[in-house]
Amino acid sequence: MRSLHTPRGWAVFAALAATLLAGVPLLNALPADSALHLPDYLIPLIGKFCCYALVALAMDLIWGYTGILSLGHGAFFALGGYAMGMHLMRAMAGEGVYRSELPDFMVFLNWKELPWFWHGFEHFGFALLMALLLPALLAFVFGWFAFRSRIKGVYFSIITQALTFALMLLFFRNETGFGGNNGLTDFKRLLGFALADPAVKLGLYLLSAATLLGVYLLARAIVRSKFGRVLTAIRDAESRTMFCGYEPLYYKLAVWTLSAVLCGLAGALYVPQVGIINPSEMAPTQSIEMAVWVAVGGRGTLIGAITGAAVVNGLKSWFTAAAPDLWLYALGGLFIGVTLFLPEGLTGLAARLRRRPAPLAEARP
Amino acid sequence: MNAPRPKLEPLERHPLFVPYDVPLATAAEREVFAADVRDRPVPDVSHGPILYLEGVSVSFDGFRALNELSLYIDDGELRCIIGPNGAGKTTMMDVITGKTRPDVGQVFFGQTTNLLELREAEIAQLGIGRKFQKPTVFQGHSVFENLELAMKADKRARTSLFARLSGEQRDRIAEVLATVGLLGCEATLAGTLSHGQKQWLEIGMLLMQDPRLLLVDEPVAGMTEQETEQTAALLTSLAGRHSVVVVEHDMAFVRSIARKVTVLHEGHVLAEGDMDAIQADPKVIEVYLGEGA
Repeated sequence: MRSLHTPRGWAVFAALAATLLAGVPLLNALPADSALHLPDYLIPLIGKFCCYALVALAMDLIWGYTGILSLGHGAFFALGGYAMGMHLMRAMAGEGVYRSELPDFMVFLNWKELPWFWHGFEHFGFALLMALLLPALLAFVFGWFAFRSRIKGVYFSIITQALTFALMLLFFRNETGFGGNNGLTDFKRLLGFALADPAVKLGLYLLSAATLLGVYLLARAIVRSKFGRVLTAIRDAESRTMFCGYEPLYYKLAVWTLSAVLCGLAGALYVPQVGIINPSEMAPTQSIEMAVWVAVGGRGTLIGAITGAAVVNGLKSWFTAAAPDLWLYALGGLFIGVTLFLPEGLTGLAARLRRRPAPLAEARP
Repeated sequence: MNAPRPKLEPLERHPLFVPYDVPLATAAEREVFAADVRDRPVPDVSHGPILYLEGVSVSFDGFRALNELSLYIDDGELRCIIGPNGAGKTTMMDVITGKTRPDVGQVFFGQTTNLLELREAEIAQLGIGRKFQKPTVFQGHSVFENLELAMKADKRARTSLFARLSGEQRDRIAEVLATVGLLGCEATLAGTLSHGQKQWLEIGMLLMQDPRLLLVDEPVAGMTEQETEQTAALLTSLAGRHSVVVVEHDMAFVRSIARKVTVLHEGHVLAEGDMDAIQADPKVIEVYLGEGA
């Protein structure tokens, strides 16, 4: 375990963990008139940021470390979200507006029975499994063909955009069976816990935060392993990797699929906190934003991905409340600014400010 | 990540290499490592040559890069291949390493291994190492990690997740660091090395694979005179233990290392022999040496 981090790295991690797992609930528990009180409505928002940070970690593994820019990670995130949403819909059978066993939108469409692919989702375990398995399957098949044909760089990015766009169009259709453009919403409870209860919201937030921290350590272990060093080698000189006797196809496929699974996990955590999942999560811009998070935070550092997701989404929440029309300009400006002046993102800036050599990072003991 | 350039220690300050506080390899580790090297299929060199190219032709959009090329490299030999631009030198290397498939012809490693049936990574695992014209190293990794990644080992994704370096393997890396003159630079980011050092690192990476056959494309391009001399000494010292094929333009360099030279022209062998015989050959003078003389 010690080799995962330098002592300073562990200190940063411990501070992050303490803030997320102890600081936030503590501030939330303060009396409502205290200046430091964290209102209940902010808890799901921070929980949402944790899910986004999870996606950013997944992006960093595939982009920052392996050099493959995916602009379709929104698809994997949404698939995980839909799987969880389907469970939440099934868990409230009979309690919808129409008091039907079927989800409301099916009644509205005058469907008489549950489509076959909705079966099984009444079980939480099955739904969770699907939230991980469906993105994995899609990523594996897609990756197999793309990587085997040695599709690289901008071509790969464009195809991933097409992938998420095609999925979005598919999910928009009512006949597809996932609620069309309204998606799935109006959830009541998860595993018997009422989703509207602040304590449950806090619990879901804590689960997201703990998952984020756990996945961070996992990702760290991966990039510190020889496997991780081969990924970086593929990023820097793929042909040399091949002539060293490695088969990049399997390395890329493994990290690409893992990245998709992590997005599915994030989506499954996201939906109960946000209370809705619809095809707009698969919009191409959504996936591009995910890449922006990582670029802003700093690629190939993991901690930068988390920082970037928090900063960009924090700004977005503030902007969309204060000046909604300006958000897209601000996002564009931020991206251009980072690309021009901070190619290594905020973590690169921090390292420069410290005026110390950036940890010769992966230099060994 | 552009880390500020770390200061390079002068090599002479490191007469003894003790960079890592590592216990010596245990008997068990040594056994595993030895078994690993032993288990690789050994090319059958009972007839002398380790590499056979016979009647190989490659065309790109009607241009014949290789034209019924036949070439034999003996086991342990140091062979230089020269030829004007477009003679097919790099294409020949692409064919041997699996990057390009020939239209016709046969390529065998030893008597029995048909290279045309194998993928790039498999050919590399057989013990055929290749150095590119432009030095290609893993910029984001330290010198040590570059050598570690190149080392002959199980290269499957699954096993690499839990791979650990044994003491024996560290000894091997130290040995190669010494061979290519990069002792003391092992923690340096490869991207910050000088051009010449990158070339040596790349040769070191080839050596880590314990190759039977080394293909080296223009090793001294862009090197200083002193670096060129050091490279010549390095390549000469490798012959015998490995078969080495060097493609080079620098005639002085070729003269300094070559025992046998092959001249390629328009995709086939024009002449073959020692340097003096080659330089006296009227065909060669006409197509190649004549241009510069």
